[in-house]
This record gives sequence, structure tokens and C-alpha cells, in this order.
Amino acid sequence: MRFIDEYRDQRIAQGLAAEIRQRVTRSWVLMEICGGQTHTLMRYGIDELLPPQVELVHGPGCPVCVTPLEMVDKAIEIASRPGVAFVSYGDMLRVPGSRSDLFHVKAGGGDVRVVYSPLDALKIARAHPERQVVFFGIGFETTAPANAMAVWHARREGLRNFSMLVSHVLVPPAIRLLLGSPHNRVQGFIAPGHVCTVMGYREYEALSYDFRVPIVVGGFEPLDLLEAIAMLVAQLEDGRAEAENQYVRSVTYPGNRSAQRIMEEVFEVGDRKWRGIGFIPHSGLRLRPEFAAHDAEKVFDLGALSAEEPVECISAQVLQGLRKPVDCPAFGRRCTPETPLGAPMVSAEGACAAYYQYRRHVATS
Amino acid sequence: MDEDRKATIQFSCPVPLGAKDEVLLGHGSGGKLSAELIRHLFLPAFQNPVLARLDDQAIVSVNGLRLAFTTDSFVVSPLFFPGGDIGSLAVYGTVNDLAMGGAQPLCLSAAFILEEGLPMDTLRQVVTSLRRAAAEIGVDVVTGDTKVVEKGKGDGLFINTSGLGLVPEGINLSANQARPGDRILLSGAIGEHGIAILAQREGLEFEGRVESDTAPLHTLVAAMLAGADLPSAIRCLRDPTRGGLSSALNEIASQSHVGMVIDERAIPVSEEVRGACELLGLDPLYVANEGKLLAIVEAYVAEKVLEVMRAHPQGRQAQIIGTVTESNPGWVSMRTALGTTRIVDMLAGDQLPRIC
Repeated sequence: MRFIDEYRDQRIAQGLAAEIRQRVTRSWVLMEICGGQTHTLMRYGIDELLPPQVELVHGPGCPVCVTPLEMVDKAIEIASRPGVAFVSYGDMLRVPGSRSDLFHVKAGGGDVRVVYSPLDALKIARAHPERQVVFFGIGFETTAPANAMAVWHARREGLRNFSMLVSHVLVPPAIRLLLGSPHNRVQGFIAPGHVCTVMGYREYEALSYDFRVPIVVGGFEPLDLLEAIAMLVAQLEDGRAEAENQYVRSVTYPGNRSAQRIMEEVFEVGDRKWRGIGFIPHSGLRLRPEFAAHDAEKVFDLGALSAEEPVECISAQVLQGLRKPVDCPAFGRRCTPETPLGAPMVSAEGACAAYYQYRRHVATS
Repeated sequence: MDEDRKATIQFSCPVPLGAKDEVLLGHGSGGKLSAELIRHLFLPAFQNPVLARLDDQAIVSVNGLRLAFTTDSFVVSPLFFPGGDIGSLAVYGTVNDLAMGGAQPLCLSAAFILEEGLPMDTLRQVVTSLRRAAAEIGVDVVTGDTKVVEKGKGDGLFINTSGLGLVPEGINLSANQARPGDRILLSGAIGEHGIAILAQREGLEFEGRVESDTAPLHTLVAAMLAGADLPSAIRCLRDPTRGGLSSALNEIASQSHVGMVIDERAIPVSEEVRGACELLGLDPLYVANEGKLLAIVEAYVAEKVLEVMRAHPQGRQAQIIGTVTESNPGWVSMRTALGTTRIVDMLAGDQLPRIC
């Protein structure tokens, strides 16, 4: 298939792997930020192609995984109320809250629906004026423009029965936190290509400069990732620390200005709690006050919900690249995609689920 | 303790169903949740050696005749989809379950659960399609049942069909018979049914329309059994319906206590299905089929059976996709297009609900 097969070519992959092997003289720890990249690495077994000196650790870039427990509990609380149609991306339905998940709300008679786009949630709101339609607005900068657009339309149309439960997070503050940690092991980052398609990579240039760390914006196909790894290894071996762009077919330096404008119009930056990591200042988006009528946290009286993670789950360390999923005593035993203890085991983009689905033989052998 | 509660406890499962205290959609997915439900609730409740084989059909001996018996319910939404409808699907699905046991279909039952308010014309169209499909195969619907539920208590129309078939002498197919060294054959391109349903349901339009592969497989099976030197060289047949190719392979690997290695590049997937899967984030290995079969055959007849399959209209794109191994029993792994190896696991829940 055109534009797919070219990026999965075995011969070119092996050429890039050989280039990495030739270049590497010592051990390097690299992190791919985005869960989509983790998924590709696991699915295609790219670790098998790399020399042992190159260690990949998996970053916090799975939006489902970092959505805080309280927010899942809030979603469950809203979805359980009569008269509400709760609309979400499919992955969020299986994420365990502190006591239940959205699938169980649905099984118990709650009106929980899955869509591919927030604009479909708007359609539901238009078609069902008698129901309060609430969209679960999660994700990084990638999903933010479309979610912003949905709220913008709702306000313009005066759709009183549409609101959004917003749990948006931003990538650069999380990288800043990881790099500032005394436990940090990561020496080079593959920045998330989709996020940078929207935002450009100016912010990553600043990070690279501030922390003297190489960052390469990478795509999502096997060859994208191998090329990004080769570029990082070359920088590290040369002693360079620059922001480079591997994903040139999608990412430009300034990014998508129209998408950024709608985000800025609808959202403002705020502090945000990340599941498994904790509070990160200025790391999230919330609706601006003029959109309060569409802010589910203001529309519904939810009280103060707070929740604690299961103690056994080491997702905090997994999401910071400090430990691998297979280091967890519960991995594959008490924690599986059917009975997840933590969010990284839920989403296909979660590091634990990706390991479980594709690489368990490596873990057990 | 009242009587109802006692009865419940008697039928409760010996191993708790995890944290699942309600039935979830995933329990009908054909993936891990379905397998768990069968293993922990149905098998202990009905335990007997025929059921315990967990084949697509039960084979029972009556006066020296080996009869194949199977049942299947159809709840697909929408009722009509590109390439088929619930009526023909209800015939082919049951006939295929018989065929996977090597049985020649003899007769069918059809039971209809109708929702109040269903247009009579819709019912007529479905029944006409069901009749045509049965006539094409040469089986009669010899008994049936009709129930009507109140509006809102059903989704238009559900169908259950059961089928009776005759297993010829010398044929003994079962998912517990795969042996190391056997070859794994697939009759054609995967994922067409699931994608056709999804596209129709969600109003998605792709370049090149994807049609369901709904088709009867009994004549393909008959040709394969006749074409192998000895019918016993064909160990096992499965139609990879819900849960897709991955579920069918994992079931056989688990029931036969063998490992499997398949080659990603050998698995036929049409450009349209690949494109749709790329776009929607689905893996064709997990997408349903309704007109494909998997065969586990002894290595020495693999090429010959492949030739027979390719000569049949339902098997033109047949491929040898892998090998049964002694190592890693219960696991299916795949050589990827990059030359690396990964696991092909059973799906936990469902990629798409109500596809058949």
C-alpha cells in the first residue's frame, strides 16, 4: 500500500539498524514520548533490531494512561446520572476508576456512547435536545484542536445541552519535569510527531537548549522510529544536543497555526494532575471562563472527588521511564488487559498493554 | 436462604469471574472474555465430554451414524450490509460450523425473535434471503419458532439457527489435533466482514467498497477432504469469525497444547481492508470473517491441499501462513514484515460489537 509499505521496508530497516550499530560506542538511554510510538516499537519488535547499547524507555505520552483517577471517577459519576448521554473515545471506557469503569456504567443501563470525533458528540446533542450530552475531552495537543472546535461550535449555536469534561495535558511540561528529576536516566527523546504537527517544535528546541539534551521529532511507522533513533544516536555520539525533525512529511517548525488559534481561543493553560506522576504546573488545558456553560465540571455539581492509585501499580515509574512494565510483580499475573490495575495496561498505547500484547515472550523467556 | 438463591449458588462458577459481576459486551466478542465465560460458567454447568472439546460443532454417534449438531444466534446490526444480510448469514454461519467438523449439512432450524413494530417488509426480505441461501446449499429449514418482544426490548430482529449434518466415515477433525510440524493454511483475505459492517454502521466511506465475505464453505471443505491423500491428514478446520484470525489460532494452539509461528507477509489482506484498518487503528488479525477457513494439515499434504483450495471459488487466495511448533505451547507468534517476532494474542474485549 502506498505511503505505508515504504515505511515498513525490511531492507531499509535493516540498513538503518546497521547504521545505528556502526555508530554506537557506548550505552544510551532514549525515550519515545508518545504511546503511539511505543505501540509501533512493540508491534514491530524494533528492539530486536537495535544493538544492546541502545535502551528504549517508554514515556508518558498515552493520554488514556495519564488521565487522573479522579477524572475517570467524575466521568463515571456524570455518566451514571439519568438524562445524560456520555460520549467518549472507545479506549476510555475500559479505564478503571477507583470503583468502576464506564463499561460497567453502560452495562448498568447508563447511556455511554463511543465516537471517533468530538464533532459526532455535537451531532448527538443536536439530535437529542432532551439529553445532556457530555464529551470526555482527553488527550494531548493532538486532540485539543478538534475538542476546542466542538466547544466553539456549541457556544456559537447556543447548544445548551452540550458540555465537555476536559482533561487535556501538554507534553513539554512533562518532559521538563522528567529532565529536572534527580532520578532521570533519559539522554535523548523522540518527540511526538502528531503533537508537533499541531504545535511545531519550537518548544522542544527550548527544552533541548535548557537541558543540553538531543530531541528528534519522530513519526509512527517503523522506519520513522529507526531513523529517529539513528539521528539521536548520531547526536549523542557527536556530543550534540539539538532539536531535529525526522517527521518532515507532517511536521513544520511553526506547526499548524489555525489549530493553535482555535485552541488558544477556547482553552487556557492550567495546572493538571497526571495519573501516575502527580501535579505538574502549567501542564494542562482547561476551558476559558467564557465557555463555562459548556464546562461539565461547572454544569454538574460533582463535589470534591479524590482517589488513590492501587499501591501495587508501578505505573508512576513506568510512565517516567524509570522501570519497565515487566519489572512489575503484578505484570501479566494480577494485572492484564482484562483486569488492569493501572491505566498503562488499558489503552493499546499504554506501555504495559503494548508489552503484554506483543512482547510477553521476551518478558517470560 | 431462599430456593432461588440456592439454585444460583449451585450454578455459580467454581472460579470467580474476576471482577466482572455483570455481563459486558466483551463477553460476546469471541475474545478472552468470551473464553473466560465459557470456561468458568457454561462448561462447569453443562459438563460433558462432547462439549468439553469446544469445537464449532458437537459430533454425536447415533446408531453408528456420526451426526454433527450446532447452533448459532445472529444479532448483527445493521440487518442489511454490503455483501449480505442477517438472513443469509444465519444460514452460512451455521452451515460453516457444521462444515468445520467435516459434516455435510442435512437440515436447519430457524427461530426468530422479533421486536414489536418491525416492518413486515423487512422481515419478508430477511426470510427471502434466508430461504435463498438454504436453497443454494440444498438444505431445508425443517423447523422453527417465532417470538415477539415489546418495542424497545429487542433490536428489530434476532435469528437463531441450528444445523444437523452427517460426518462421513474416516473424518475426524478437532481443534485438539494440531501437531508440531503441521502447516497452517488460510483460505483467503481476512477482515472483510468486520470492516464492511463497520463502514455501513458508522457511515464511513473508503476508496473501494468493502463487501462482507459471507459465504458457505461446505463445498470447499468437501474438496479439501477429498483432495488430501488421507482425510486424516487434515487435522483441524476453523472459521475465524468473531475475534478474527488471532482468536481462531489461539484457540487451536491452546486446545492442542502446541505453539504456532505465522508469517505476516503470507497473510492475505485486501488493500481496502488494510487501508480501513490503518485509518481506524484496527488490526486485521482481529477483524471478523464470515467466509474464510483455517486448516491445520500434515506438512506432506500442505501443497496439495493448497492447490485444491486455490481451484475452488472460496479459496482462490489461499496461502500457507505458518507452522505448528512444539515450543511455546499455547502461544501464537508472528514473523513481522520487518523480520522480527511478536506475539499474536487473543483480544481482551472487542474491537467492534454485534458483527454477526
